[in-house]
Amino acid sequence: MSGLAMPKPDADTMRRRAEIVADMRIIVPGEGVVDAANEMRAFESDGLTAYRQLPLVVVLPETVAQVARVLKYCNDRNIRVVPRGSGTSLSGGALPLEDAVLLVMSRFNRILATDYPNRTVVAQPGVTNLGITTAVEQEGFYYAPDPSSQIACSIGGNVAENSGGVHCLKYGLTANNVLGIEMVLMNGEVVRLGGSHLDQEGYDLLGVMTGSEGLLGVVTEVTVRILKKPETARALLIGFPTSEQGGQCVADIIGAGIIPGGMEMMDRPAIHAAEDFVHAGYPLDVEALLIVELDGPGVEVDHLIGLVEAIAYRNGSTTCRISQSEQERLSFWAGRKAAFPAVGRISPDYYCMDGTIPRKELPRVLAGMRELSEKYGLGVANVFHAGDGNLHPLILYDANVPGELDKAENFGADILRLCVEVGGVLTGEHGVGVEKRDLMPEMFNQIDLDQQMRVKCAFDPNHLLNPGKVFPQLRRCAELGRMHVHRGQVAFPDIPRF
Amino acid sequence: MTTFTPSSSAETLSTVQWAAAEETPLELLGHGSKRGIGRPLQTEHTLDLSKLTGVTLYEPAELVLSAKAGTPLAEIETLLTENGQQFAFEPMDYGPLLGGEPGKGTIGGVLAANLSGPRRLKAGAARDHVLGVAAVSGRGEAFKSGGRVVKNVTGYDLSKLMANSWGTLAVLTDVTFKVLPAAETEVTLAIRGLLDDAAVAAMALALGSSAEVSSAAHLPERIAARVAGGKHGSDAATLLRVEGFGPSVVYRIDALKQLLGKAGPLEEIAGEASKAIWRDIRDCRPFADGGALPVWRVSMAPSAAHHMVMALRMQAAVDAFYDWQGGLVWLSMREDDPEAELLRGLIRKHGGGHATLVRASAPHRAALPVFEPQPPHLAGLSARLKAEFDPKQILNPGRMA
Repeated sequence: MSGLAMPKPDADTMRRRAEIVADMRIIVPGEGVVDAANEMRAFESDGLTAYRQLPLVVVLPETVAQVARVLKYCNDRNIRVVPRGSGTSLSGGALPLEDAVLLVMSRFNRILATDYPNRTVVAQPGVTNLGITTAVEQEGFYYAPDPSSQIACSIGGNVAENSGGVHCLKYGLTANNVLGIEMVLMNGEVVRLGGSHLDQEGYDLLGVMTGSEGLLGVVTEVTVRILKKPETARALLIGFPTSEQGGQCVADIIGAGIIPGGMEMMDRPAIHAAEDFVHAGYPLDVEALLIVELDGPGVEVDHLIGLVEAIAYRNGSTTCRISQSEQERLSFWAGRKAAFPAVGRISPDYYCMDGTIPRKELPRVLAGMRELSEKYGLGVANVFHAGDGNLHPLILYDANVPGELDKAENFGADILRLCVEVGGVLTGEHGVGVEKRDLMPEMFNQIDLDQQMRVKCAFDPNHLLNPGKVFPQLRRCAELGRMHVHRGQVAFPDIPRF
Repeated sequence: MTTFTPSSSAETLSTVQWAAAEETPLELLGHGSKRGIGRPLQTEHTLDLSKLTGVTLYEPAELVLSAKAGTPLAEIETLLTENGQQFAFEPMDYGPLLGGEPGKGTIGGVLAANLSGPRRLKAGAARDHVLGVAAVSGRGEAFKSGGRVVKNVTGYDLSKLMANSWGTLAVLTDVTFKVLPAAETEVTLAIRGLLDDAAVAAMALALGSSAEVSSAAHLPERIAARVAGGKHGSDAATLLRVEGFGPSVVYRIDALKQLLGKAGPLEEIAGEASKAIWRDIRDCRPFADGGALPVWRVSMAPSAAHHMVMALRMQAAVDAFYDWQGGLVWLSMREDDPEAELLRGLIRKHGGGHATLVRASAPHRAALPVFEPQPPHLAGLSARLKAEFDPKQILNPGRMA
């Protein structure tokens, strides 16, 4: 682990491990408790595989009552808990801690209700993202957010990370597609937020829970909105001599009032890696390749294809292909969808970053990245959710070369600093986790971070749920609660008062 | 009685710091267009944010707009219209219903009340479009959350937490919203003469089709005459709005006509006439009668709400109409008793949801929970959250209680 400080294991908990394991077996009988090191190995990391740690014990509850009892037991005894869905986090959100119970929600794998008149599905949190669509597609419906790990990632994990995907510019993120959840607080209390109605009463706790990275509560049920599948989808594959022209084309499409279902950009290294891998027919003489997908009724899609094509030519596109069949549309996407493994073929390892920038800053950020690439002596390939400014630079390195992982991480951190400097953010969809935790002060000052931690205090005052993630330094809730205000100072006496 | 009228974030901060040090409560006010919602406040001092104004960033191609919290919504909407854009969540105007002027309200108030409109079905509410905020907590500390980009999961989403907090957690000083292109064309298909249950079934059918209906409302008989100046007559009207590019709207309206041809007589209402209807539904115009009889805003599962209304009619005299495919019910009591217990009991019995007493006399608002009471664990969590933002209870104390 490259210099990442995690909370110091609690000696008392470590000493009581056998007793805790035995108690867990009482709460979750049967096969639901795993404590042998070789069997826990499968859980030692998530999608951020550079970090590994065996947990204290793995617990796989089956009922909400078991989740509540596990959390209350741990809360009463000051034992840390790390929740985990399918373990596909790219930021280390489900990285175990040596002294923490790893609470794995994969046995919560049932769809509880489908309601077509109200267009909702109620699912247990371990159901995969794609599993929801699978459950309703025979009726022509689907669940819109589609993170690229959708065959594996769980809907509970999607709530924890506020997952996005290729279609979120038009259809929104997880937060815009979840209507309600049931969750268990660290003290064992079960709380329901929202439901099958459209807006939650009171404070928007559902909004705060979505994207809270497993630090506030454990989701035990999710109600999502489903949508009718668009009648058709067609795509354009457009090549540009410069990334500036590609970027301007994206701006002009949006400026024309068009919000495509998907709009993805790749830079030259990513185009070449993808083409070598899947032979999608991508042009190799361009600096930027844009895939624009339009979905809806056929007549609308045809109308918009014409508009987008004209915008592309106005911006100097050197190639523009329009899919004439479903097969051809899928072939346009094949290269983009295979971009990560394709890059994996040209480099022993790659490190995937996730900053978001105002789109107009793309040329500046790409230029900055080229400079950093020279400075660190590591290659970088870029795929870009062009519509919403979410960049995924893939840094190429070799973990077997001593020092290269550190170098790649430093390169990545510099890219994210650059994103923040141009008005962007550290993470668009992968989460902070452990990966970007220590970069949080690049975006937030101590007051900002303290107020976020105070939210944590309302849910989990002892900082037992998923500690060591998101916040660079956890401050005790009692300390955060103190107020320091100057008394009796009338700040601007010259303002009008009535 | 002092009214503080800061014109900068720094002045706002120092006012709240002063109030926090004195432990003296403040009523937060923009234009006061929603002042009549919530438990009446009895604070000695008022923090008037209507001078904290100005659009600070607007980049149409980036789909983003930032403004000081006291900026008039009307001013921002004019700017967006000039650029062919809009707030897709269609924030309603409570002014007419509450006996105030139309066209008032600030952008901070839009977020604090989590406003939305008929397009809520497809586009969400203010909480779905807010990208970032800067605010002053009741601790007297200026904090920020979110950013100016549409995709951002960095840290907790405190911007969403400000939605529907009615000024009880923090004083907003700056807000940043996602903006979207306005639709080129809109057409409304009206099915006439349906009873509530048939209307709800027709709306569910339409929303379950691929016609991308952006709004669906049902105005029962007589209520229909209270929108758009009565020019569409008083027969019940079940309204489906389709928006987008011209050829697509034509195609989708045709698809809806085929789907719903047997439901009842159909009418097409296009352009400005369509807009006028949805504006009136958005602003609850049918009950904006200048009176003060209790009006409820009820949110339930779309297919369940009309059953609740039917049960309520057995025991109380009410007028009702439906938005959001039936899931949003506006209820006007014909007598001065809000019947809060009865209504909330029936909501629970019919699958749950919540009711907000958006219009009522001050004595009713003082005596009854205006906002839906929460179950104990959730209420406890909300109270702890409030304390983490406003430990001295100086921001709109009791408004949501």
